[in-house]
Amino acid sequence: MKDKIAEKILLFIALSAILSLALITFFIFQQGIPLIFKAGLANFFSLKWAPTRAGFGILSMIIGSLMVTVGALAVGVPFGLAGAIFLAEFSSKTIQKTLKPIIELLAGIPSVVYGFIGIVILVPFIRNTFGGPGFSVLAASIILGIMILPTIVSISYDALLAVPTTYREGSYAVGATKWQTVVMLLIPAARSGIVAGIILGMGRAIGETMAVIMIAGNALKIPGSIFDSVRTLTSTIALELGYAAGDHRAALFACGSILFLIIIVLNIFAIRITGRK
Amino acid sequence: MTFRIGPRTSQIIAYTILLLMTVIVVIVLFFIIFYILKNGIGQLTLEFLTDKTREMGKEGGIFPSILGTIFITVFAILIATPLGVGSAVYLVEYTRGGMIRRIISFGADCLAGVPSIIFGLFGFIFFVITMNLGWSIVSGGLTLAVMIMPTIIRTSEEAIKSVPHTYREISYSLGGGKLDTIVRVVLPTALPGILTGVILGIGRAVGETAAVIFTAGSSLGLPTSVFSSTRTLAVHFYILAREGISMPKAYGTAAVLIIIILAINFIAYRLMHRFIARYY
Repeated sequence: MKDKIAEKILLFIALSAILSLALITFFIFQQGIPLIFKAGLANFFSLKWAPTRAGFGILSMIIGSLMVTVGALAVGVPFGLAGAIFLAEFSSKTIQKTLKPIIELLAGIPSVVYGFIGIVILVPFIRNTFGGPGFSVLAASIILGIMILPTIVSISYDALLAVPTTYREGSYAVGATKWQTVVMLLIPAARSGIVAGIILGMGRAIGETMAVIMIAGNALKIPGSIFDSVRTLTSTIALELGYAAGDHRAALFACGSILFLIIIVLNIFAIRITGRK
Repeated sequence: MTFRIGPRTSQIIAYTILLLMTVIVVIVLFFIIFYILKNGIGQLTLEFLTDKTREMGKEGGIFPSILGTIFITVFAILIATPLGVGSAVYLVEYTRGGMIRRIISFGADCLAGVPSIIFGLFGFIFFVITMNLGWSIVSGGLTLAVMIMPTIIRTSEEAIKSVPHTYREISYSLGGGKLDTIVRVVLPTALPGILTGVILGIGRAVGETAAVIFTAGSSLGLPTSVFSSTRTLAVHFYILAREGISMPKAYGTAAVLIIIILAINFIAYRLMHRFIARYY
């Protein structure tokens, strides 16, 4: 009897995560989607963002978000993969045990601290070296690239370790070097895990807010180069939510809806890829 | 004649590049921590930690933000821990694959990937406005609870899974029921692992900005009840840095945040280590 009641209560508790997800989906869409139809798709996907005067165009922000995300991947993927391969295949147990928590510590540093490092070090450096405002696509890409490193390293690392040892032994037995084994055998075998790590890193980059606001400059136009200021979907929401009302606030939820859709699609991809194993 | 690099040479080149790139990553991490601590540690006087914040943060200390951070984090943990651990118990002890398990896992995985600004939007419209809780410790704490739940679920799940099966069988053979076995045998054994998840959750809550600023607000007064608006350390630091109010105070606040995060990660690492050493 006691066990039956406990099971029911636990089931109810266990549903809290999926229920929360449902609530979040409902409220974000309920607040945002009607405005997209009210404004019309042509207006919503235009370049004119003047939400207090019925201009709800988010195109420049979508492009901005994509640019910093691609930039973050350009920085984060090579370094993340290199770190994972080095840790999994070229390190002793001791180095693995020391480096893994150090890289995980990167994930624990708050995003505002990354943004701050961007303001005091990276932005002045870019301004002095390349000219321009310094607050730029480049600054945001580098900082976001560092921020998504731990995600890519730890998921790719796990994927590499999950490849059976016999693969490696077989490869060494036919005379291949370690590096040949990595390139020809291990990376293809761990492909799905590596891709999942990259997708999750991408989700982190596109959703990151505070660090981006602090270093991207937030100008409302499509950047002409990587040294130009850029504004993302997330920074628009965070910059304007504090004072927005009426349709303006709804427009910010519409931005949130688009962002949320992108994230959910990326998540489902990542979950399906890893789930297939 | 074509120039070819032999396998031995390419191995050495690849190794060197990988080593260099890994070293760069580690240097970047240490540089960030070192830079913040070097510039901030001089600010950390007793007065800075215990004084009220004056002139928007230009003068005085960070005491209200320390209190605000503690209240919101404790609130979030009190809600998220039972929900997270309960979910994990159900996942491991009561499901064997199947639809329910897939749905619950999917919920936790998806929730883990939702960016904090979406939690901010949700907390704002749901807790602050719809439930009329206002900008408050309650709204901020509830929002963070939803956000850190997946971390606690996942870590507890791993911990509970790694409790050896024989433990459960011995408990059953002594006449223990399922619930008794979970409460008296499984959970105590899995406790260090579960605590690791809770501590990592605390870390996420302390460092969070986007989800708190729109749910708990940024009031600088000392909180008088759970319905007071408050400003956490991360939010205070963000405002100091972005509005350029005071660089020394910003470094000081950042140093406090970094020290907390370092301590949390260290404790979580030690706990996990002890746990793993015992059961693997």
